[in-house]
Order: sequence, then C-alpha cells, then structure tokens
Amino acid sequence: MLVIGLGVLGIGVAVALILAAFNQNLMYFYSPSEVARGEAPGNRAFRLGGMVVKGSVQRDPQDLTVRFAVTDFAQQRTVTYKGILPDLFREGQGIVAIGQLDPGGVFVASEVLAKHDENYMPPEVAQALKDGKAQAGMKP
Amino acid sequence: MNFAFLHKYASLMHAYRLSRTLTPWLAGLTLALFAWGLVSGLVFAPADYQQGESFRIMYVHVPSAWMSMFVYVTMAAAGGAALVWKLKLAEIVARACAPLGASFTFLALVTGSLWGKPMWGTWWVWDARLTSELILLFLYLGVMALHGAFDDRRAAARAGAVLSLIGVVNIPIIHFSVEWWSTLHQGATVTKFDKPSIHIDMLIPLLVMIAAFQCYFFWNLLVRVRAQILEYDRNAAWVRELDLPTRA
Repeated sequence: MLVIGLGVLGIGVAVALILAAFNQNLMYFYSPSEVARGEAPGNRAFRLGGMVVKGSVQRDPQDLTVRFAVTDFAQQRTVTYKGILPDLFREGQGIVAIGQLDPGGVFVASEVLAKHDENYMPPEVAQALKDGKAQAGMKP
Repeated sequence: MNFAFLHKYASLMHAYRLSRTLTPWLAGLTLALFAWGLVSGLVFAPADYQQGESFRIMYVHVPSAWMSMFVYVTMAAAGGAALVWKLKLAEIVARACAPLGASFTFLALVTGSLWGKPMWGTWWVWDARLTSELILLFLYLGVMALHGAFDDRRAAARAGAVLSLIGVVNIPIIHFSVEWWSTLHQGATVTKFDKPSIHIDMLIPLLVMIAAFQCYFFWNLLVRVRAQILEYDRNAAWVRELDLPTRA
C-alpha cells in the first residue's frame, strides 16, 4: 500500500517537473509583446497570436495576399499572408498565425487560424451589447 | 464460518438486483433527456452571433468532453477503493468504466476536430487542451489493455487501478490547460466561478444534454456491471438459481 502511494506521489512530482520544464514549449503561441521583447525564436517558424486590429486589413487586388496587424493591446505586429482565410477571420477577431519574422520585422504567415472566444449569444444580443443598450441575461 | 466470504457474495448479489431495478428507470430518463436536449439544442436554440449554426455541435462536444473527465475520475475512485478495501464491486465498476470513458473521449476528440475545421481552419493542432485530451484517450486505452493483460481478473484490476490513479494528474491539466497556457482552444464557458458566458437560451439545452449523457453513462454502467457480476460470480449459488435465458 505504502509502495503504491509513494509510486503515485513520485510520478505526480515527476509529471509536475516535466510540465514545468516544458512550460515554454506548451505555449501554443507568442503575443506581439513577447515578440517585441525578443522572446520568440528569430530563426525558425513560431506562432503569433492576437486580435486583428480594426481597420488594418488590406487585401491585394491582384492575388490572395492579405496584410493586417495583430495586437495584444500593448504591442502590434504586421502580418502578411497569402492564401484562404478561415470563415471566422475578421477585424477584431482573435487569430493565431504560423510563420516567421522577415528581416524587416514583418511576420510572414504560412497559415492563419481563427481563435474564437468563450462567449456564445444570439446575434440580436450581440448587436444589443454592441449598441450598449441591453445586457439581456449576458455578461459581455 | 467465514462470514466475510458470505458478505462479499451478498454484496455482489445486492448490486445485481439494484442494477436490475434501476436500469429501466435510467433508460427512460436518458431517452427523455436526449429528446428534450436534442430538440431544444438543435432546433430551438438561437444561432450564435459569430459561429452561426455551426456552434450546435457544442451540444455533443461539450457533454462528451465533460463525461470523458467525469468517467475517468469515477474509474480512478473505484480503482482506489478496489486497491484499499479489495472490493470486488469496485473492481467491476472500474473495469466497466474504461471502455465507456474511452468512447466519450474519442467522441469529444472527433466532434472537436469536426468543429475545428470550419471555425479555426484546421482539424487538429498540438495545443495544450487537445494534447492533454489525447493523452486521456491513451490513458483509457492503457487501463483497458492492463485489464485484458492478466489471466487473474483481480491482478488485472489492481494493475489498471494503479495506472488510472496515476493518470488522475491529467484531469486538472485538461481543465486548466486553457488558463495555464495560451491555446487555440477557447477558455471555459460554463465551468468557471464567474457567470457562464453563454446566453441562457443556449445554456439550458447544453445542461440538459450534459444530464442526458450522465444518465446514459449510469445506465450503461449498470448494464455492464451486471454482466460482469455474473461473470465474476458465475459459480455462486445465487447465480445458478437465476433464470438466465442463455445459460447452457
């Protein structure tokens, strides 16, 4: 009984230590602030996450190239991407882009994923919240 | 006379009878809750402001994911009881939980993947939530493999119990993964201390579906436990006296 208890305890501690060691690698994406502080890898691909800045999306009329900025409300980073964006991609939406920084500090994405938040509500309620009129049983 | 010996048999026999009484009630409750939850969730709940109709897969995904963790904790608790008190009934419950939990986990992963493709733009990412849920599936498969790896049923139960107890450490990791690490998966909508971030008309069908999944699990668990009681006790006098249709 004692052996099993100690075994479980030991493995629990081992898992905790492994998780602590891998903490950085489990981070799915870096924020623009972390990139600005130079914490993101410079020479290989990484993921950049943040909100698409309102009014920043520019589409190239010739091809599928899109240029936009992502923010964590402290820092911004310009992203370029050539390809088809997910349905949820829009200004003000959280996204995760996979790619690399070019020498000019622009993030060149090879893939863009949309991240939705934990809020669910009917469109009318969302509109009402936007207009600041009603709370209608929802916390914003 | 060894009365402890008698008590064990009495307890399995009692569990068998209790299971037989409860099963039809649970079956009826499960079907009623599923009918209510599915109709209100898939038909009457309003579409989401961002995800439109696609968010309705939540009514299968969220209950499956909840059950994947609930069943694991049940299995580990039964395993613990089996180790500490050498309870046959606890061994049986733990053994019956494993394939059910693995199925819920698989369902959560598949529905999540089907949801991820249109919304995120990908079937799968190695973020902390998805990875820890996948580890949960492997834990279930490991426990099932241990249950099947020994000729001695009781040794198998002990081995499975040790692995399931060790794996409990994964449960808080799954739940808090979306807080501890930045993930592509969304944060908690319902299971948090704050008010749920979901409109009441969408929340009620979700809670009904979770209740339906819970009842389905208990129903299925009782049936499986009953079958295994018969297997454990197949040579006991009370089983021989049962009028079982398939008895050769």
